[in-house]
Amino acid sequence: MILAAVMLCVAGMFAVAIAAATLASRPFGRVFCYGMMAALALAALLAAIAGLHGGAVETLRLPVGLPWLGANFRLDALAAFFLVVVNLGAAASSVFALGYGRHETAPKRVLPFFPAFIAGMNLVVLADDAFMFLFAWELMSLMSWALVLTQDRDAANRRAGFIYIVMASFGTLALLLAFGMLAGPEGSYAFSAMRGHAPDLQTASVVLFLALLGAGSKAGIVPLHVWLPLAHPAAPSHVSALMSGVMTKVAVYAFVRIVFDLAGVSDWRLSAVIIALGGVTALLGVLYALMEHDLKRLLAYHTVENIGIIFVGLGLALAFRANGLHAAAALAATAALFHVFNHSLFKSLLFFGSGAVLGATGERDMERLGGLIHRMPKTAAYFLIGAAAISALPPLNGFASEWLTFQAVFLSPQFPQWGLRFLAPAVGAMLALAAALAAACFVKAFGITFLGRPRSREAQTAHETDRLSLAAMAGLAALCIVAGVVPGAFTAALAPVSKAIVFDRMPGQNPAALWLPLVPSLGNANSYSGLILFALLAAAMALVALALRIWANGASRRAPAWDCGLPDPSPATQYGAESFAQPIRRVFGTIAFRAREDVFTPPPGDTAAARIHVRIIDPAWEALFAPVGRGVNFVADRMNPLQFLTIRRYLMLVFLSLVFLLAVLALWL
Amino acid sequence: MAVTAALALQGAQSVLGLALAPLVTGVVRKTKARLQLRRGASIFQPYRDLARLLRKESVLAYNASWLFDHAPAVILAFTWVAASLIPVLGTEPVLASAADLIAIVGLLASARFVLALAGLDIGTSFGGIGASREVMIASVAEPAMLMLIFALALIAGSTHLTAIAGFVQSPAVGLRVSLGLGLIGLIMVAVAENGRIPIDNPATHLELTMVHEAMVLEYSGRHLALIELASSLKLLLYLSLIAAVFLPWSADIQWAGAPPYAEQLLIYLGKIIGLAFLLGLFEVSIAKMRVFRAPQFLGAALMLTLLAVLLRLVSRSF
Repeated sequence: MILAAVMLCVAGMFAVAIAAATLASRPFGRVFCYGMMAALALAALLAAIAGLHGGAVETLRLPVGLPWLGANFRLDALAAFFLVVVNLGAAASSVFALGYGRHETAPKRVLPFFPAFIAGMNLVVLADDAFMFLFAWELMSLMSWALVLTQDRDAANRRAGFIYIVMASFGTLALLLAFGMLAGPEGSYAFSAMRGHAPDLQTASVVLFLALLGAGSKAGIVPLHVWLPLAHPAAPSHVSALMSGVMTKVAVYAFVRIVFDLAGVSDWRLSAVIIALGGVTALLGVLYALMEHDLKRLLAYHTVENIGIIFVGLGLALAFRANGLHAAAALAATAALFHVFNHSLFKSLLFFGSGAVLGATGERDMERLGGLIHRMPKTAAYFLIGAAAISALPPLNGFASEWLTFQAVFLSPQFPQWGLRFLAPAVGAMLALAAALAAACFVKAFGITFLGRPRSREAQTAHETDRLSLAAMAGLAALCIVAGVVPGAFTAALAPVSKAIVFDRMPGQNPAALWLPLVPSLGNANSYSGLILFALLAAAMALVALALRIWANGASRRAPAWDCGLPDPSPATQYGAESFAQPIRRVFGTIAFRAREDVFTPPPGDTAAARIHVRIIDPAWEALFAPVGRGVNFVADRMNPLQFLTIRRYLMLVFLSLVFLLAVLALWL
Repeated sequence: MAVTAALALQGAQSVLGLALAPLVTGVVRKTKARLQLRRGASIFQPYRDLARLLRKESVLAYNASWLFDHAPAVILAFTWVAASLIPVLGTEPVLASAADLIAIVGLLASARFVLALAGLDIGTSFGGIGASREVMIASVAEPAMLMLIFALALIAGSTHLTAIAGFVQSPAVGLRVSLGLGLIGLIMVAVAENGRIPIDNPATHLELTMVHEAMVLEYSGRHLALIELASSLKLLLYLSLIAAVFLPWSADIQWAGAPPYAEQLLIYLGKIIGLAFLLGLFEVSIAKMRVFRAPQFLGAALMLTLLAVLLRLVSRSF
């Protein structure tokens, strides 16, 4: 019933996509497309919440696709949860786009693809056979690729699109091979058949590796993240929000589905790989972000960081599950899934905020922004909530899920394996570093963009964005606060998912304990209550305000800035994004990116300007992608003469390959 | 009602912290002055300073936003709540279910986040330099603090401060290598977080080396009073934390009968004043570091606490 309802919504999204292709040039096309999408996504969201709450498993078989297989769909707790994430993001994005879409210069390039992209993500989550899954996965990739290339006159965007399509194809290939391994000797592509037989350790390792390549490249695991900070910002902002906030979560879904459910990986060494990769991803992601002064790219790099946190949680869940520590596994899995949900909220919110800034000023470069809090006060307030949430500051939602992740790390002494016991504190330290650096990075992102004095004319003359965009941001900001203050309500909803993938749930993870503190495990007295903390903070602020009212001189006077008596009128003398990050670049960047600063000071008497040149080397690009690119070029150069042979030689080559293949066949059989 | 009494005790403890905080700052200043052969101001001078600031009108820069205006109250509120969650008069878990040590660190991080933003709000180079350096120092200090919490959680089996404080008072805990390393790490973090010498100098102005003072340079009047009170409170918080975890001597607690609040208060005051004196002594005996040596200093703290965790993992006897 619920599955049918969601499928109807998805069909409706495809219909909207087709209708939008014809209506895009009409003035009401935008309103129709985004309005319909908001309604459909909301309907699918409600159905998914009902599915998560009801907990029933539903399947559906449509007579399309492979003749002997059909198209299989399944709604279980895991799928329902990710449907909630997808459709919540999609609904918010559609509402935002209702207002923001008027900045669109080429609606034909966006409107038909946007609904199809969302429909594709829904289908990935619902698919119950490998054929349907890969079809939907490719649909999602290609539609988002088309959206990345909306502004294809910009050479940077064309490059982003090229790198994205190469990485996406590579990822799909890896997933195809993973499903091939899982299909077993009978070659059954139905997920139900794959679930039936557990693969041996060797197969499981290969499947896990391929899933890390396929889903991990889409999610942005270091070092496969290189496309992400190029492609996500290139799309229109509401699509960036979807790609960063939602599509990466669909990739997490694919990983969980394959590794936890289909392959049932149960070896601690494999989980150690995931934990270590997650830690490195979290730390490098935030360091990349700190070096960035393009607001949308900074946000995209933070997606990499948060995916790292999620994968640490998933890896720990897998490790605990492999050791039969189901209660601890439930904690780690809940932490990861709650962070999935939270990140989809605040990342969408932040991308909307950056979109509003982009729409108002035409600028993404923070070095040309500043002072927007005066001209866009509401956008600034919502962006601030998102920034505090992603920086894992209590009492907001990012803190609640990171707190759970830390509690899972703290349970690591339960591991019987020394390797995992020593790995966990190291990864814990990486996560702690990442959290602290994320806060530093969002002080930069918010402080340089919204505070201070405007650094350009555009920033000086900006106006507040439209009401619908603000409404979308307000809704997400409110959800960030609610999920931080009553995290119990959200983790309780995750109990069936946790039960499905790690066979247990956290203590107190039930509907009766919504308002109670989070209790990660029964072995210790640890707990966290966002509600009490929120009440205490509110009381403290009220008391401070009251005390000021009674005892303090309430008068304020406006005057020029003090700045130690020598304020400089030029806004260029304030701290910018580069200068703000400079101490951190010197501390961490010299190791991670071999960052170098070359300072050129003209000799005395010379009036030329002094210059500073910063060089940053991307280790992933340098170590992995540049050699691959050089290798491809080298092979292409060597193969080039093959294009200029005579017909006689071509025939000979055909004959030789035939002989070779026959010989292989003869030896094989 | 036991709950009412517990809440009353919690309330008293919170107010006590707020009232005591300027005194601690005064004691540190007095100690430093005496050791530098100055007479120094009275230990009650910080109270007078606060009263004076509260009486004055506040001067805001032309382009100060609402964030700048409200930040001091928010910073004080976050710091105050964090300080209230440190057990002072015994280890009774009153609001223990609300927040553990990680949450306390998180609350301080929230306060710092707002303070650094307030530093950037006016758009002056001093505010920027302070904010930028503050987050750089915090980015190393916070992980060290979290590793310390990990080590304590390994020893006491919980991240809850009440549980940890209760555990260290039990006879099961003796001298441990990991606790020793943790103590050194915590002191280093506390020195950095409170902007004391050798990381930052709270007495300096108009110097390019300053961090905290540069961020709050544009504040005046009641706003500055709140900021000053918050930083005093943060110092008290860290001293109380050290006292609660590493100085576990207390009066024999009998919660059933008449609780010996007065004795405990005296013991607590003795510990705090003693620690404040030691801080003053420490500050006059070393020189301030260059700002880029601060990460090395804190990196050492991080490594010490990580070592404490690893030693503890290797053997329960460490």
